[in-house]
Amino acid sequence: MSPSFEIQLVAVIVSAACALPGTFLVLRKMSMMSDAITHTILLGIVLAFFLTRDLNSPLLIVGAALMGVATVWLTETLTKTHLISEDSAIGIVFPLLFAIAIILISRYAGKAHLDTDSVLLGELAYVSFDRMVVFGVDIGAKAIYTSGALLLVNAVLIAVFYKELKIASFDPMLAAVMGFSPTLIHYGLMTLVSLTAVGAFQAAGSVLVVAFMIGSPVTAYLLTDDLKVMLPLSAGLGALSGVLGYQCAYVLDVSIAGSMAVMTGIIFVLAFFFSPTKGIVRGLLRRRAALTRVHNNKA
Amino acid sequence: MIEYDYAVEVHDLTVAYDKKPVLREVSLKFPKGKLIAVVGPNGAGKTTLIKAMLNLIKPVSGLVIFKDSEGAGLKNKIAYVPQSGSVDWDFPATVLDVVIMGRYGHLGWFKRPGKAEKNMALETLHKVGMQGYASRQISQLSGGQQQRVFLARALIQQADIYFMDEPFKGVDAQTEKSIVALLKELKGQRKTVIVVHHDLQTVSDYFDWVAMLNMQVVANGLVEEVFNEENLGQAYGGKGLLLKGAV
Repeated sequence: MSPSFEIQLVAVIVSAACALPGTFLVLRKMSMMSDAITHTILLGIVLAFFLTRDLNSPLLIVGAALMGVATVWLTETLTKTHLISEDSAIGIVFPLLFAIAIILISRYAGKAHLDTDSVLLGELAYVSFDRMVVFGVDIGAKAIYTSGALLLVNAVLIAVFYKELKIASFDPMLAAVMGFSPTLIHYGLMTLVSLTAVGAFQAAGSVLVVAFMIGSPVTAYLLTDDLKVMLPLSAGLGALSGVLGYQCAYVLDVSIAGSMAVMTGIIFVLAFFFSPTKGIVRGLLRRRAALTRVHNNKA
Repeated sequence: MIEYDYAVEVHDLTVAYDKKPVLREVSLKFPKGKLIAVVGPNGAGKTTLIKAMLNLIKPVSGLVIFKDSEGAGLKNKIAYVPQSGSVDWDFPATVLDVVIMGRYGHLGWFKRPGKAEKNMALETLHKVGMQGYASRQISQLSGGQQQRVFLARALIQQADIYFMDEPFKGVDAQTEKSIVALLKELKGQRKTVIVVHHDLQTVSDYFDWVAMLNMQVVANGLVEEVFNEENLGQAYGGKGLLLKGAV
């Protein structure tokens, strides 16, 4: 596999893995939480790194996932006091935890391979350097397998708990009365989001992870009214952004992750204006048609 | 005094939000097989009472006892119709999807709805006069249609006790009539229906039993016995007198 193919393949897999839990974040009006989680997990990684002194330890993933859940919990605990709103709570918790991580890295881990640039934008360009070798045979970039495992876990869990996620997102009170604890489902989803953020961010960086988690599902939301379509459509749109973004970065010689994130934005804007059901243009045409009808009736 | 067969009993229920009590030592018994209205002024704690009875809010103290239904089986014997404004109607789902959700409790974890659930949902939609709307997006429904969909979702649960939070809110006169007819049908099947209700004018026409609430219980009994000016005055303060025509 050529490096450029590998980069695009990783982007496609990562974007799909992010879009699946992201769809439920969007429907539960929790988009900003993904922004917070993708940043605060860094603190979890740093703390776990101090414990293990090993950047490849699986404990780093555990630490990150725990910190993601802690972020949600802290935000909700602050919100529940009714002293501040939820968006303010996110605005307090996320910079605080992220900044602590940055301070710890700059003070103690300066020489380790944990730098702040790669946190924000990831290292997609380098995915081909880290190989997966089995019995002495190179079977492709490691990131293909890690992100592939992530996509598989997300797809299976969301397929298995589809009904539960759907009812807890649409009507949490009914879910509770029926015995599907919305709190359990909520924290389950948040754990999945945190794991996805950790798994994806080494390759994609936190900005691109947010673009994949929120941007593609929002675009899909404008294009369909069916949750069963919205999930694969989000994944597909993310993949499209990844491939087009890569091509764009190649032609213009710019940041790959940046270019992919911009592409999710461009695709969103297109859907925003031209979605056949919910687009702005469609709305304008409908209004004009209605006006014309009124005019004709008057005449 | 006649002893009724009670479906649910509430004992000394106190609920508070941020330490401010909303319900104070509320004790109520709701008889089986009756249409029951819960009335009271805004902020009287009507919705809170229902939510606390359903264990959606943790009370400070008190006890709720559902008769003849214990533990695990309980969740399938209770149907809840929240205020239609409490959900996001732009959620990507069809009318059929939402009605089928009413069967999720019976299915339990992991099991998916299939053909049987779909047929049941279609049948129930017919019952509420929404048969032509199965594949319609829920975002395209009017207030009255939303309420009918919610009602269908509750009917399909085949529960013993129905809790409804203002099912007549924002519906047209015709929908109101058909909802009342359905409630009376439920009563005919010996179901207990507990409705948070706002319109005092219709209490006597629609309901058998009324609980009058204003943070505490003002009255609880047969409509013809307790729905009078004195109790209304106590529940609503001076405003009760303005509603003379209601009694």
